[in-house]
Amino acid sequence: MAKKKKEIHPMESLLRMDRIPHIWCPGCGIGTAVTAFTSALEKLKADLNKVCVISGIGCTGRVAGYVKLDSFHTTHGRPIAFATGIKLGDPELKVVVFSGDGDIIAIGGNHFMHAARRNIDMTVICVNNFIYAMTGGQVAPTTPLTAYTTTSPYGNVEVPSNIPQLAEACGAVYVARWTALHIRRLTNAIVEAMQKPGFSVVEVISSCPQYYSRINKLGDGLDMMKFYHDNSVIRHNEPTENLDIDYQKQIIVGKFIDRERPTYMDSYKKWLEEVKHQIPKSPKIQNT
Amino acid sequence: MKAGTHRLSGNEACAEGAIAAGCRFLGVYPIVPALEVVERFLKRCPEIGATFVQMEDEISVLAAVLGASWTGKKAMTVTSGPGFSLMMEHLGLGVMLETPCVIVDVQRGGPSEGMPNSPSQGDMMQARWGSHGDYEIVALCPNSPQEMFDFTIKAFNLSEKYRIPVVVMADEAVGHMTDNVVIPNKIELVSRKYYKGKKDKYLPFLREPALTGIPSMVDIGNGYKFHVTGLTHDERGYPIMNAECQEFCVRPLMEKIRKNVDEIVEFEEKDTNNAEIVVLSYGITSRVAEKAMDLATKDGIKVGFLRPIVVWPFPEKKVRELSKKIKAFVVPEINYGQIVYEVERCAGGNCNIIFVPSKSGAVHEPEEIVNAIKMGIKEEKREEVIQVKISNQQ
Repeated sequence: MAKKKKEIHPMESLLRMDRIPHIWCPGCGIGTAVTAFTSALEKLKADLNKVCVISGIGCTGRVAGYVKLDSFHTTHGRPIAFATGIKLGDPELKVVVFSGDGDIIAIGGNHFMHAARRNIDMTVICVNNFIYAMTGGQVAPTTPLTAYTTTSPYGNVEVPSNIPQLAEACGAVYVARWTALHIRRLTNAIVEAMQKPGFSVVEVISSCPQYYSRINKLGDGLDMMKFYHDNSVIRHNEPTENLDIDYQKQIIVGKFIDRERPTYMDSYKKWLEEVKHQIPKSPKIQNT
Repeated sequence: MKAGTHRLSGNEACAEGAIAAGCRFLGVYPIVPALEVVERFLKRCPEIGATFVQMEDEISVLAAVLGASWTGKKAMTVTSGPGFSLMMEHLGLGVMLETPCVIVDVQRGGPSEGMPNSPSQGDMMQARWGSHGDYEIVALCPNSPQEMFDFTIKAFNLSEKYRIPVVVMADEAVGHMTDNVVIPNKIELVSRKYYKGKKDKYLPFLREPALTGIPSMVDIGNGYKFHVTGLTHDERGYPIMNAECQEFCVRPLMEKIRKNVDEIVEFEEKDTNNAEIVVLSYGITSRVAEKAMDLATKDGIKVGFLRPIVVWPFPEKKVRELSKKIKAFVVPEINYGQIVYEVERCAGGNCNIIFVPSKSGAVHEPEEIVNAIKMGIKEEKREEVIQVKISNQQ
């Protein structure tokens, strides 16, 4: 009998196989988001030497450690700031920030706002599982009203952030939201976002069976997929003010923003060119 | 800038030093009294083609500086006390990822907002211990615009050589004073060591020799597909959560500095050989101390002068050695006592330690230090640090 060829994982060239198995729980949607991202890289035929992934801290923060690319696992909330330095340091790079809702919207909210305003050319993939999962299930800025978490044991009383609306208001040029069920559409959204010059945001609604679903008695990963199937409504170009997510109600998904604005580096280079001739050039110091 | 003598403020000299050192990325958040560095750098930006960004806070500033450094740019930021506090998070990340960068802290009165336009030496301990966990840091203390130029270059060289954030601990007085600055024809620059082996064999934290070696770097975007993390990591840069890996990862952060301490430490000393009293001072205070020393010498007292140029790591050996030969160290600082306790630790009870605080927010008067020197001659051996009362104290 002919020797059976060793089976190769279809994503092997894009993953650090020496780090698999990963830490994510069965039924978690982050793996799906990573698959969508790696599929997007294949679709884009991107030069993988020039793609850099930066993550913060949390479950989604671990993504940087699993992708076989130049990748940085940084501090909590600061991947966008770190990525800003990378993008401005080498504008040739395709910079992707892959992190969670707590990381990007709570502790990193300020950096999210200002990177969007400056229109730094990067793609933010924000996995929103409605909870701080790595630390054991605390209330997040995205937890729907009345949902239970370990720090909202009587139901959440804080109004959650609407990520697409925040992104639009701050100046993002591309904003989409899909769930971990919409693999094909999510992949396409990441392709579009990465092709778009400027600050692009893809929100990925993800299941968290271990913490969010368990404490709220919503079943396992499969039950959440079924919920997304029954309750997701695709509405492209929906005004972002309508995109609030209520507890176990419908989730509007789609592409909401796709617009043009000059990026920070475009404007900066233009400024450098314009003023170059106004300043007398002084001889450089001779270096050894 | 042209080689030759220029009239520059300390902060302007710092910007010129950075440019001469090859700094091509400056990230900042506006803060007094450090802004002149930024303004000078920006004026020169078009000519040198550097990148500048003003971030939303000092937390993101240092994050961006670290990011830029990994693209191969020499990167810097300037700040003062309140901003320096916010940078502590990424000072730790910089140490952990062994990322070369320079932080200039033009110190002002604190705590909190304090006195934005007054000199201070209140961040000396924060530079050493401000971020959580165990680490070593390198910090320099300039006392003139010339040294703002020279030490900024030195800071870049040290940070590239040892892959560590280096802090230039200036102060408002040095930053704002104007003086002649000589820009030399040739400046010696050090660049980080790059990995040159096979792309798929790159290990970001491989050390040779183990413990004290400095790992080779690569720039992002060259196909090495490396991973680094702020978590405790092995030589591949992968997170491993156990005691062995903590030892493997963190001990070299200390040892690469501690074992090279003789190479890093730098100080200036004068007349310490037969001295009875040694004035140990740094930064702007050292200039007043020199004057005080002259006055005391005229009164027939044998006074020596010791000025740490590199404050961290501290010139421990030198202080210990002198402490066995002298009656007292006189330590003037523009704070309520920071480096003096480091001196006390190193002296180990061998001699008296006299601390001279300043009227906060002001540089010392030479007479205050002279009085402390005279006190050091008379005072009997005491166990505790002797605090000199200053004139406006109750």
